[in-house]
Amino acid sequence: MQTIKRDLVIIGGGPAGLAAAVSARKSGLDDILLIERDRILGGILNQCIHDGFGLHTFKEALTGPEYAQRFINEFQSLGIEAMLETIVLSLDKDRALTVSSKKGFLKIQAGAVILAMGCRERTAGAISLPGTRPSGVYTAGAAQNFVNLQNIMIGKHIVILGSGDIGLIMARRMTLEGAKVEAVFELLPTPSGLARNVQQCLNDYNIPLFLSTSVFELHGKDRLTGVTVATVDERFQMIPETRRFVPCDTLLLSVGLIPENELSLNAGVRLEPATSGASVDDQFMTSSPGIFSCGNVLHVHDLVDHVSEEAALVGRSVVDFLSGRTLSTLPARIPMVTGKDVRYVLPQNISGKEDVTLSLRVTRPMRNASVLVTDRGRKVARKKLIRLHPAEMIRIKVKAKDIETAEKLEVSVQ
Amino acid sequence: MENQYDVIVIGAGVVGNAIARELSKTCVSIAVIEKELDVSMGTSSRNSGVIHSGIHYKPGTLRATLNVLGNSLMADLCQDLKVKIDYIGKLTVAQDEEEVKSLYMLKDQGETNGVPGLAILDPDAMGKIQPNVGGIKALHSPSTGIICPYSFTIALAENAHANGCRFYLGHEVTSIQKKDGRFEIEAGGKKLTSRILINSAGLYSAEICRMLGINEYTIYPCRGEYLILDKRLKGALNLLVYPAPHVGKAGLGIHLTNTVSGNILIGPSNEYRQDPEDYACTADIMARLRKEGHILLPELKTTDFIRSFSGLRPKQTPPEIGGFKDFVIESREDVKGFINLVGIESPGLTSSPAIALMIRDMVEKLLPLTPKTDFNGRRSGMAGHFHELSDEEKADLVAQNPDYGEVVCRCEQITKKEVLDAIENPLGVRTINSIKYRSRAMMGRCQGGFCLPRIVQILEKEFGYRPEDYLLKNRTSPLFFGKMRQDIK
Repeated sequence: MQTIKRDLVIIGGGPAGLAAAVSARKSGLDDILLIERDRILGGILNQCIHDGFGLHTFKEALTGPEYAQRFINEFQSLGIEAMLETIVLSLDKDRALTVSSKKGFLKIQAGAVILAMGCRERTAGAISLPGTRPSGVYTAGAAQNFVNLQNIMIGKHIVILGSGDIGLIMARRMTLEGAKVEAVFELLPTPSGLARNVQQCLNDYNIPLFLSTSVFELHGKDRLTGVTVATVDERFQMIPETRRFVPCDTLLLSVGLIPENELSLNAGVRLEPATSGASVDDQFMTSSPGIFSCGNVLHVHDLVDHVSEEAALVGRSVVDFLSGRTLSTLPARIPMVTGKDVRYVLPQNISGKEDVTLSLRVTRPMRNASVLVTDRGRKVARKKLIRLHPAEMIRIKVKAKDIETAEKLEVSVQ
Repeated sequence: MENQYDVIVIGAGVVGNAIARELSKTCVSIAVIEKELDVSMGTSSRNSGVIHSGIHYKPGTLRATLNVLGNSLMADLCQDLKVKIDYIGKLTVAQDEEEVKSLYMLKDQGETNGVPGLAILDPDAMGKIQPNVGGIKALHSPSTGIICPYSFTIALAENAHANGCRFYLGHEVTSIQKKDGRFEIEAGGKKLTSRILINSAGLYSAEICRMLGINEYTIYPCRGEYLILDKRLKGALNLLVYPAPHVGKAGLGIHLTNTVSGNILIGPSNEYRQDPEDYACTADIMARLRKEGHILLPELKTTDFIRSFSGLRPKQTPPEIGGFKDFVIESREDVKGFINLVGIESPGLTSSPAIALMIRDMVEKLLPLTPKTDFNGRRSGMAGHFHELSDEEKADLVAQNPDYGEVVCRCEQITKKEVLDAIENPLGVRTINSIKYRSRAMMGRCQGGFCLPRIVQILEKEFGYRPEDYLLKNRTSPLFFGKMRQDIK
């Protein structure tokens, strides 16, 4: 089998991989290879034909493919090498990859690797949905592929379980295509998707959203004929007297995204239970030296703009790593821990030698509160927010001069 | 003559297909009639996939004899059919002295049945085979194996088909008459006739009997639910580990079962149902299986459950009696030429090759059987999957056919060539489930979220499918409702 060498191999040609490649090239790195399993670059953005992308990055509302195209154009004008229709079969901790394509098998030895594989959707099996196994049950993202890329009508009477952003977007999309979206049911007492999507995709189309309500049984031996729904108590237990049957021919699931880290595990990358993504330092390097992670494979984002920004930083970090410049900051000695009302914070370890932007999510919706970063009780940074919601990632800057002597940083909401 | 056969088999499950393949070694003309669009759609594909050793059955019963013989025939048969089989062995574990007694009883019973290699192990020896097994003694049965039950059933059908057996899939038998020494069978709007009729209709076997005025059998469908675990846990179990049987306990108990594909199953439950096709999974049992799973496999995480399924076994004993009855395998005197199989539940999968030999003998008493000189019992292709090959073998195959280089199902690493082979299967079945059962695409942790859209695209681009042509499993389970809007030409 043929073996080639590259300074940097990026796995995944979606928004994270593209932005990381462009940034690494602009930081002076020549020898870059991006590997993408699809026929075209752009990743999941290709099927996101609604608008609202790029408000932060480009100050305008673009569709998914338009947003991707801006990065693809830049990627191509910089002459960066991409292998399309190529899948990475394995990656080890020494950054040796095996890839497969119609041209055959190839081994690649990389100086550094950026993991940018994105995420996959949770399925009916993953949430152990009881009942029959009929046709007409799709994850929202797969349904979006059929509808937007293949022009296929997936159903006429639709129920959506889960109020994740893709589910909300699909509620509007199916309504515009003439289907009747009966309702969206959400197990949690608050929507999982962005507030703007609840307004623009449900409220504007009079699609009801039932919170603290879930689907408890699928009906229909062949095609789906309906679902049993019921309200849940505060411990998420079904309240039996609220059970009711909702007729429908299609159920879309928008019940969560899981970072696609199977390759990372084989490369010895340590994962964080809270994010299902890698544990990283402030250079976004994982526990396996020379292997970096960014985008939805690291933690699920709600805005692609943040993915691009994070990936750009990783592109620069990799160049620093390859040139040996980051060595002085290693190891990242300050652990980050979550305090009151914080579900996760990233990066998980920082060096304290550079300014760093923390990304975090809260555990519940709150109003007029502050995110506080402290070192053994001493305030290091604070950000006041009017609205805090689990669906919306919060970012907060911490300055190097404030944490030089820090031992452990805690992030909490006060 | 068209639609006229020497032998017709009703039911394309593992037993029906094994019989058809066995008879396809001879010069008789054979057809298999099946109401579903594919073979292996009932009990045969919905079980643990265990090739039993034969320790559990009373000496002298058909279940004991056919199980032990079937087990011994499996290795060669699987090699010929290119089906993966793995004799991983089984430990039946005793927790107290009372259970130890039942182990010795099982060992004696197994040895009387002719089960090879049985041994009672102490904890030291148990730990060497499988670390962290609790219990004070265990019975080791090395001839217990695992197999993919639908791969095996499909392979039997395809090989029977290659040797001249005709399959009428999607043809439900609605009436049977015996006229002038021939059976006239109406199925799916067709009239078929045969000299010999073999009833291997499984859950519907009693119903087929009644069409011929035989009213002495009743089938009580009994459902078992299973959970399928992520392959991440592959390697957690070296072999099967079952609890020792308890007096008064119905089934073999909920346990973990390895599969040849590397997933672990938790199950089965044991619950009588009215409807022979009630394949639902229930909230209560799923919760119970999850709980048991966490006890049996401490490293199990909530994200490791990838799917649930259930199967129904055709029991002959009603719920109030429980337990087991022996297989009914008979050549009827009252209806000459009618060979009847009723209540072939566990160990039906293991016994199937032996049942086929027994049926062949029964047929031979009714009809002279001359061996077919050009019978070819070997299937082409590979046992297992492309991704299991060595790097060198893979590179060779991709060089021969680039479709091996394109991975369609990323979770199971199934290539486009394997998906195309599944689509173009010899039986001509083309449901989404038939592609799934043959290729393993869509069986991984994303459950087709990634590859179903790609398989839909392949069927459209390379096989001219329109949205309304896609079926999940039968004619009334469409995937889609047409196009969103007309294509712009």
